[in-house]
Amino acid sequence: MSSAPKRRRLNNNQVSSVSQYRDQHFKGSRQDQDRLLNQTTTLYVGNLSFYTTEEQIHELFSRCGDVKRIIMGLDKVRRTPCGFCFVEYYTREDSENAMRYVNGTRLDERVVRTDWDAGFKEGRQYGRGKSGGQVRDEYRTDYDSGRGGYGKIMQQKMQTQSTMNS
Amino acid sequence: MKRKRYSSRDEVSAYARQRNDSEASETQDVEERLNNLIMKIGEKSTATLESNLLALSKVLHSDMTEHKDEILGILADCVVEMPEKGTVYSTLVGLINANSYSVGGEMLELLLRRLKTCMQDQQWESSRCIVRFISDLVNCHVLSAASLLAFLKVWIDMANTEAITSQVYRDMLVYYVMSSIPWVGRALYEKKERDFIILLKSIRFYLNGRSKEHLKILRVWSTNEPHAQEDYLDCLWSQIEHLENNDWMEASIIRPYEAFDSILCEALQHTLPNFTLPSYNDNVIYPVPKVVFRLFDYTDVPHDGPVLPGAHAVERYIIEEQLSYIIDLLYLDKKGCATALSEFTCRSRAPINYLIVEVIFSKLFELPKNKRIEIFYSTLLIELCKLQPSSFPLVLAQATELLFERLDNMEVTCVVRFATWFSHHLSNFQFRWCWDDWITDAECNDKDTKKSRFLKEVLIRCMKLSYHQRVIDFTPDSLEKYRPPQPKPQFDYSDNELSKKLVAAIKGKVGPEEIIDILEETPSTMEGIEEKDICEHNKLQVFVSTLLNLGSKSISHSLAALTKFHEVLRALADSEESQLCILNAVHNLWRNNEQMISLIIDKLVKIQIIDATTITSWIFSEEMEANFTCFYVWDVLHTTINRVEQQVANLNERYIQGKKNRNSFNLLEDVSIHDIPTSGQLKEFEDELETGKTNLKNLFLIIFQRFIICLGEHLSESDLDQENHLTPWYCWAIGRLKEIFQLYQPVIQIYSKTLEELIFTSEVDSKIVDIFYQFLSLQS
Repeated sequence: MSSAPKRRRLNNNQVSSVSQYRDQHFKGSRQDQDRLLNQTTTLYVGNLSFYTTEEQIHELFSRCGDVKRIIMGLDKVRRTPCGFCFVEYYTREDSENAMRYVNGTRLDERVVRTDWDAGFKEGRQYGRGKSGGQVRDEYRTDYDSGRGGYGKIMQQKMQTQSTMNS
Repeated sequence: MKRKRYSSRDEVSAYARQRNDSEASETQDVEERLNNLIMKIGEKSTATLESNLLALSKVLHSDMTEHKDEILGILADCVVEMPEKGTVYSTLVGLINANSYSVGGEMLELLLRRLKTCMQDQQWESSRCIVRFISDLVNCHVLSAASLLAFLKVWIDMANTEAITSQVYRDMLVYYVMSSIPWVGRALYEKKERDFIILLKSIRFYLNGRSKEHLKILRVWSTNEPHAQEDYLDCLWSQIEHLENNDWMEASIIRPYEAFDSILCEALQHTLPNFTLPSYNDNVIYPVPKVVFRLFDYTDVPHDGPVLPGAHAVERYIIEEQLSYIIDLLYLDKKGCATALSEFTCRSRAPINYLIVEVIFSKLFELPKNKRIEIFYSTLLIELCKLQPSSFPLVLAQATELLFERLDNMEVTCVVRFATWFSHHLSNFQFRWCWDDWITDAECNDKDTKKSRFLKEVLIRCMKLSYHQRVIDFTPDSLEKYRPPQPKPQFDYSDNELSKKLVAAIKGKVGPEEIIDILEETPSTMEGIEEKDICEHNKLQVFVSTLLNLGSKSISHSLAALTKFHEVLRALADSEESQLCILNAVHNLWRNNEQMISLIIDKLVKIQIIDATTITSWIFSEEMEANFTCFYVWDVLHTTINRVEQQVANLNERYIQGKKNRNSFNLLEDVSIHDIPTSGQLKEFEDELETGKTNLKNLFLIIFQRFIICLGEHLSESDLDQENHLTPWYCWAIGRLKEIFQLYQPVIQIYSKTLEELIFTSEVDSKIVDIFYQFLSLQS
């Protein structure tokens, strides 16, 4: 089957469609999840620096509309910011603006990524990686000063190596 | 009329249908293919536009018998949705008409039907596109010149009807005709010169009789140096005269039909059926007039490159117009919009990036209000910088320099937009900027000029998007006095006994009653303070400061603290005085962090601790005098007005829905019994809506009153002292008054009669009343 035709540019409103990613911990059917994603006013915001504050996020995202609340993502163990957050708006329109305009721009020199979120549930503010942070920071092999240096597994490897060498 | 982009769900159902009914799916496939072909024509391609057009017209011809309605529908959609490709589609319609006269006629009829609906739905820009497209069809031998002239004459004659007093309505009619002339002027001149000249004469007659009162409230720059601030119709008229002086020849519009002249000139031409214009209607909001925004002239552009057309060259209008369409129509897709702008080509060589920057800034600074959310323009500029990293940022930097240089003459509300945009832009490009160039400029000035205020506000916004040390790092030390202070709370009560008690109680997780008890237990007379009121207010300030200081770790903590002690605050904020006292306490604690001030006050308004009218009193109070020109103070006011507006909108929605549900219940429609209000409830909804509306109206009346008092005082004082009233303070204050009119124009419009009778009376200084009359001209 051919891809969806690019009809009328006016209606080429990509942000209202949902991305490929699905929260694997979502309680409920895929249909429920998709229905929520199509109505939600909450965004997941990723690739933040660990040092980026709620105040900065508010300043940026309030340029798209009235922000209802921001929930900072925290390291499960240390309870410190671990590079993501949820931003909730009052209206769908404002959250669509954030998806359109903030997504892909920079905050604290980092390209911010936004995605629809089915709505915040208690517990989701914590990183799901083994070491407490986000999963991506477990396996990362590059050095990222804004996100605690090397990935957790790399750090461990390097530590064992340096103890072996000494 | 608009067709929805097929979502994935549509695709699936299409797939399902395909399995059941292969015939139906075949039709759909053909239509999708046609749609794609028509949409894509005129875009980048390996073949020439002419061969593509010819090929497409053949495809359309062979499908015409079976898919005529669909093809004509797609074409009519493209006319309004891709107007910058208008001549491509007019050529296509010309080729269709050459093939089949009757289909050409049906297309014209469809266009007129669409024009009628667009005007009914107040789709002004779409209507204008259709009028221009119809005009362009003369060039393609679809329509006779005589018939077009008769059609355009209807519009101009209506505009010249003296019985119609609404200038906005008449302007609109004339504008549609005028904006078509660059496309069809030459053909009309060649074929029907006499009638064309008569049409032009009646346009000029109309233009000479217009009022220009609106100019003052719509211009971004207060002077005509270096660029004249022209009314849009006057400017376009000059451009049309320029075109006339060139024998109606222009060099910008790509006219693909010229290549098909031999085919097209064989075709029979149609005469348009009669078209009745929708008459003036009091309830319709017609497009507000415009002032043409100018930033560059030919001296700003590199001398070795293409020349920038002058302000009155018709090329300037044509290019701007097409760039403007692209921006207006692709606002949902910043990347696609940036690409379309970068790929924009026209026949004459022109410094396109300069024109793009000018058009985007004209939209960012558009008055009375932006068409689209500001951050769209901001991120569009970022995308363009990313797309053309070696050329675009240079032009943008040059524009920024010019804007800064001319700040003293910039409208206040535009200065705010400029600072908001610039800080956001910098935050995306490592805050790199040649600050040094701006220092001398700002330094020789009084502290509250637009330049120095702008610098301060930009740095504050940069800090809010990064952090304090970052601002110190990227600014030269010579900018020291413009840097914002560390945004830390300033707690003045660390040694205060009451505060210590409150801290212990709040940390001990006591309830609201205990807090009230503690406050009541505290002796009503304190050392050195005799008066009971002052003492009570003092206690209140200590409580608010202590509570917020405990929650000062983040926005969430602060707002949670307010929610938790909502009842205490509610009980204590029982008068305007005590509410002012709370506001001052918030301001005092967070005097170095305006973001916290704004957010906390907004929360207090939202949870109904502070009344909207108190906010107004506070902003104009003595305590806030020193901050009167700071941007955040006005952000607080606008947020508050928006809250009250939102409340009215919600109450309205509830009432309308309630009424609808009650009616549908009588009709036994499918409405849940719980959603049906009793007649008593419905009456209650209505009453609350009325109260809400009255509150909103009162809020505006109070705001205007406050402005009149403080501006009036200033004017009479400077009169007494025989000083010039035009101080920096006055410019900010009068600009902020204008801003209220600009931002809330449709709402305030409803109160014009009351305002005229009660507020902007003859006793008020004419400098203030003038602003009100300028405002009225926006819808007169």
